[in-house]
Amino acid sequence: MNKKVVTVIKDHFMIIVLVVVYVLFMIGTSGAIFQPMNFNALITQNAYVYILGCGMLMCMLTGGNIDLSCGSVVCLLGAFGAYLMMIRHMSAGAAIVLMLAAGIIYGIVLGYLVAYVNIPPWIATLAGYLAFRGLGTAILSGNSKTGSISVAAQKAFLKVFSGKLFSSKMGTLNIPCMVAGILAAAAVIIINTRSRAVKLKKGYEADSASSVAVKSVLGAAVVLLVAYKLGMAGGIPTVLVWVAIVVLLYSFITEKTTIGRHFYVVGGNMEAARLSGVNTKLIMFTAYLNMAVLTVVTTWVVLARFQAANSTAGTNYEMDAIASCVVGGVSAYGGEGKVSGMVVGATLIGVINLGMSLVNWDANLQKVVKGAVLLGAVAFDIISKKRAQ
Amino acid sequence: MARILLEMKNITKEFPGVKALDNVNLQVEEGEIHALVGENGAGKSTLMNVLSGIYPFGTYTGDIIYNGEVCKFHTIRDSEARGIVIIHQELALVPEMSIGENMYLGNERGRKSHIDWNTTYAEADKYLKMVGLTESSKVKVKEIGTGKQQLVEIAKALAKQAKLLILDEPTSSLNEEDSKALLDLMLQFKKNGMTMIIITHKLNEVAYVADKITVIRDGSTIETIDNTGHNVDEDRIIKGMVGREITNRFPKREGVAIGEINLEVDHWTVQHPLYPERKVVDDVSIHVRKGEVVGIYGLMGAGRTELAMSIFGQSYGKLLGGTLKINGEEVTLKSPTDAINHKLAYVTEDRKGNGLILSQSIKVNTSLANLDTISSKKVIDKDKEYQVAEEYRGKLSIKTPTVEQLVGNLSGGNQQKVLLAKWMFAEPDILILDEPTRGIDVGAKYEIYCIINDLAKAGKSVIMISSELPEVLAMSDRIYIMNASRLVGEMKSSEATQENTMAMILKSGRGD
Repeated sequence: MNKKVVTVIKDHFMIIVLVVVYVLFMIGTSGAIFQPMNFNALITQNAYVYILGCGMLMCMLTGGNIDLSCGSVVCLLGAFGAYLMMIRHMSAGAAIVLMLAAGIIYGIVLGYLVAYVNIPPWIATLAGYLAFRGLGTAILSGNSKTGSISVAAQKAFLKVFSGKLFSSKMGTLNIPCMVAGILAAAAVIIINTRSRAVKLKKGYEADSASSVAVKSVLGAAVVLLVAYKLGMAGGIPTVLVWVAIVVLLYSFITEKTTIGRHFYVVGGNMEAARLSGVNTKLIMFTAYLNMAVLTVVTTWVVLARFQAANSTAGTNYEMDAIASCVVGGVSAYGGEGKVSGMVVGATLIGVINLGMSLVNWDANLQKVVKGAVLLGAVAFDIISKKRAQ
Repeated sequence: MARILLEMKNITKEFPGVKALDNVNLQVEEGEIHALVGENGAGKSTLMNVLSGIYPFGTYTGDIIYNGEVCKFHTIRDSEARGIVIIHQELALVPEMSIGENMYLGNERGRKSHIDWNTTYAEADKYLKMVGLTESSKVKVKEIGTGKQQLVEIAKALAKQAKLLILDEPTSSLNEEDSKALLDLMLQFKKNGMTMIIITHKLNEVAYVADKITVIRDGSTIETIDNTGHNVDEDRIIKGMVGREITNRFPKREGVAIGEINLEVDHWTVQHPLYPERKVVDDVSIHVRKGEVVGIYGLMGAGRTELAMSIFGQSYGKLLGGTLKINGEEVTLKSPTDAINHKLAYVTEDRKGNGLILSQSIKVNTSLANLDTISSKKVIDKDKEYQVAEEYRGKLSIKTPTVEQLVGNLSGGNQQKVLLAKWMFAEPDILILDEPTRGIDVGAKYEIYCIINDLAKAGKSVIMISSELPEVLAMSDRIYIMNASRLVGEMKSSEATQENTMAMILKSGRGD
């Protein structure tokens, strides 16, 4: 095969896998996965993975470190928030602020333990994993006979974190949604062409005009397709806005800022980073504080989606976030990985989940498939890197 | 003429995009010591990896004729079975295991079902004696020094019934005394009929032990020189290695005005980070002037690196006492960041361990210590970053197609240049260079020396730590001599000689 084709395939392998898997499920579900409803489901069901994935990415960049506690923290903070709103009758705004404050305190303690006391992150967070679900369940069962607190009455809270923007009737095209989609598609094309033009003007290496054109057109097409499908499904899910903000913000931080760069170099060689004047302890601290803050955001959207806090909320979220990062090419040893990769990884896992439940596969078999995908992705990554050397 | 034991004929090995070896020929006679010299990246290690089966048969072209037979090694075990044993530059010992366990790792004595420890240790002791070690084979590897660990590696090779021993830079981490002992051991093996191939950068070692010298450059054999008289012309080897004449191995530095004292360290005392009773730096006072190059010479473990790192924002050990003045003003530097802000730079001796981010590009490494200059409001200006990296690539002639190249893919000399680029871009006034030419070839060394001279000309103060005495003597204006954590002497380099320098170390009475 042509060398160029091989590199293109290698660089976009996970995207290609995503498309292939999607097409297979389209055949397998006779098109059901392509229904507007399921586009909506894909986003609302997986919103938590994208948000936690950004936090997990930052932790992993520092040297393959992970946070096992985030799923249990979602459970605890959800219980705490529901308790504040429903039992103590606080306003949604006050509950949001207090949840954030609790998350930040946890982040500071965890960050301190990891960065300054040198407790290995997986042990420090394993403690949280065990303790917080217990604590969350205790709050719930202490305040409710069913062990679950409904927040369905908190309309303001639900409106901010769930539901639809510009909502409309199912099956009719939602105009504002379509307009937003067109604007976003235009942005994709403009950003791609401008970045190439700037590179050429300054005399840097740039991708060929045809490859930029293909990228732009495909990117814009996907955006338009999603916008159309969401438009047919009643509007933009509010949670998509939260996900977009988080994903864009972390893409910016990791790619453009000095602090983002510091995460990569700490993971690449901690001693070299320290001797180059990087405050490595502060970076480790920041990684876990940041993770806690994103866990709070996750709790908000999850609580709003289920409209209730219960003791199983957030189960396995930490694993989903780690899996998305790893499938998306984030190095398990640190120092390498991109937000865009994590997004592809999360989407791939989301599509597999959705597809498998649509074709009604056995739940146990679903787990087996997910495990195989995870292992396959990492094996591919490592083998292809070895070849390249 | 002795029998040819090994012949490698027209060996060609290609990696994607590069021809690492191009029709290389090598002939080794039975019972000789054959030196393989060449710049970093010339293909010496690749050739040895082909020989030992690390690159299996079929991934290269050409023939390996050993003992009169064409060999097709598929794994390192195949070559070891024939008695070809390679000792790699980086020691491959497990520190927590005993010497005996290490020696028979993967080659265990006993039956398939269990290891016979009595045989293991008895045999291990026998081979240890052969390399002149008196330690019991039950001692843990971490408890003996690097020099002895290197000997354990050799004993391990002997235990594999080696007939052809390949030593890849065996002395690169040894001090002079240990190096000499190792070379003498090689000569003794030779008397017993062993055939050896040695890869090294140190030409004095080559001249000392080798019977024949094969020079490799850019993946091709340049020539094989006879050295049975041990009087080969070093300049001829260097010319063969770099492809041009180097008339002077140390470029001259002339007309540099030496200014005022820039850095002054007084009564500096540092405690070991783990063992409080040990002082790694003991009451050391040094100073350096603007435009001056000051050498710090000493054997390994003399406390030079510890002194340098401690000055650089207390990044090693615990400071017990001492004052630091920069430009006449007393300062307290508590972290590398403080040190960098006070225009200090420490260029580490261990570029892979704590100098460079190998998994990142040249660009990222170059900008690392001074990101703020190319950022506004903490957002990196990628254009500026690229320009800076390009600028230093040109200035230091770093050989690479693009500054996006990963540093891990560069040769040692080019990695060292990237490390220097990083610290030059941090715009320091005082640079501490710790073993700036370790493990790099003659050509790259010359370029590094030129950079040092340029730094001095620009009015910077340079402290150069080195274990190579000729280098220290030629490059410095003044030298300090350290031994066993203390400063034992100071001399103008014009007055210093190998003899009086070594004498100072020996007279200090604490030499080990």
